[in-house]
Amino acid sequence: MNAQSDGCLLQVTDLRKTYGDKVVLADVDLSVRAHDVICLIGSSGSGKSTLLRCVNLLEDIDDGVIVFEGSEISDPRVDRRAVRSRMGMVFQSYNLFPHLTVLDNCTLATRRVHGVPKNEAEQRAHDLLSRFGLADQAEKHPDRMSGGQQQRAALVRALCTRPTLLLLDEITAALDPELVGEVLTIVRELAEQGTTMILATHEMAFARDIATTVCFLDEGRILEQGPPAEIFRNPREDRTRRFLARVLG
Amino acid sequence: MTTSAGTWEPSPRERERRALRRERSRRDVLVATVAAVVLLGGLLAALLLSPGWPTVRSSFLSWPDAKAAFPSVIKGFLKYNVVGFLIAEPVILLIGASVAVVRSSTSAAMFSVRVLAVVYTDVFRGLPTFLVVIVFGLAIPGLRLQGVTTNTFWLGLAALCLCYGAYVAEVFRAGIESIHPSQVASADTLGLTRWQAMWYVVLPQATRRVTPPLLNDFISLQKDTALLSAIFVFDGLFAAQDYAAYHFNYTPITVVGVLYLLLTIPLTRFTDVMLRRALRRQFAGAR
Repeated sequence: MNAQSDGCLLQVTDLRKTYGDKVVLADVDLSVRAHDVICLIGSSGSGKSTLLRCVNLLEDIDDGVIVFEGSEISDPRVDRRAVRSRMGMVFQSYNLFPHLTVLDNCTLATRRVHGVPKNEAEQRAHDLLSRFGLADQAEKHPDRMSGGQQQRAALVRALCTRPTLLLLDEITAALDPELVGEVLTIVRELAEQGTTMILATHEMAFARDIATTVCFLDEGRILEQGPPAEIFRNPREDRTRRFLARVLG
Repeated sequence: MTTSAGTWEPSPRERERRALRRERSRRDVLVATVAAVVLLGGLLAALLLSPGWPTVRSSFLSWPDAKAAFPSVIKGFLKYNVVGFLIAEPVILLIGASVAVVRSSTSAAMFSVRVLAVVYTDVFRGLPTFLVVIVFGLAIPGLRLQGVTTNTFWLGLAALCLCYGAYVAEVFRAGIESIHPSQVASADTLGLTRWQAMWYVVLPQATRRVTPPLLNDFISLQKDTALLSAIFVFDGLFAAQDYAAYHFNYTPITVVGVLYLLLTIPLTRFTDVMLRRALRRQFAGAR
């Protein structure tokens, strides 16, 4: 309720996640408003991916509260599929379905989960595919395409259902530098159009450009968060400064 | 991730959530129990209330007959069905894997062997196992060949091995073909020969992938050792039929059935456990 009056799309409070004795996330607080672009940065194993997976309910959390669109989704009684049908998620390794064409990949959820008629679903997919420069790839199978094309197709798949929140989990990490650009261009475009996103990324320059808020994660905690200008130019924490010095070279 | 878990106390909300989950799992257990009782109770009632139940019970479930027939049934079962299965299984694995590897080879020198492998699988997969067992058990001794056994147990077993070898070869082939070509490519780049790539890289992954259908075939094989009774091998089923013919009571058939279940069910469970462990290792943390 509080979250709604704040205009927050997603509100994470005191989130905690452990695997056995290993604490992967602790005391994580994060608010996402509509049209925010949140960049999660930090070294590998700092908990960026786990945070995204918790938000998408792929992982059961050990404590804390996650509120999405005004209702608590960390409640065990929540309908996970209903929640996920409002979020889109894209993975580092694309995870396209290899037995389906790109078009079928993109229309699967729209048709089977959202009940959109075939024509309309395909129209929607075609529109997005051509916007992302994949108009001629619709009938191909994912294995026939380059990594960059596959990742763009995965983005289209996530966008076809018109999610209110997009979760991007290091989506350029598996791509070679030449292909990173073509994917980031699209993400930038989405950000400019006001798509609400949380993205875990290693692309610092990109984060500085498009983020409304940057969160630096270290050992499962959000050590520091704020507008990119602040975090990148004048980090408060010593740990952040060292991390940035290392990755920015 | 170095934070110790010791100092943390769950929040009231988390406690509430845990209570909710506990309550839910309690309710699930209750639902499952009630459903099981209703279902089994219904089936049992249908069985016990059927008009012919007393007759069926006395001819299929008579305790004195079970006891009387047990020694000869268990002897036949252990001596022929179990021993036969234990001998046939490794042989079949060997035949199946070799034929599959031969079929997926590409070298020119192997061409004729490849053709032979194709013909073998086509023929033995296409024939009813029962028929092959009969031909092996009755026709081969009839030829009076020098140096070939006339023992129907061994002949029948050979027939089972050939039939099941063909099935298992196809299962292995499906497994081999399901391994992504990039695996062979990376074995190639390491300088492994084609055979080494097959042996160290492809076959281990393929075997893991086809374990469930392999198990299926082996359970089927365990049961098909009963076909040996058709060529007068005194196995468990033959002993049971023998008893039934003399005493007009079929209880020994039930006894054999129970023995088969005692053999097959633990194997299934065991393989499930093995498979789950292998999967956990392979897909650790990548759901």
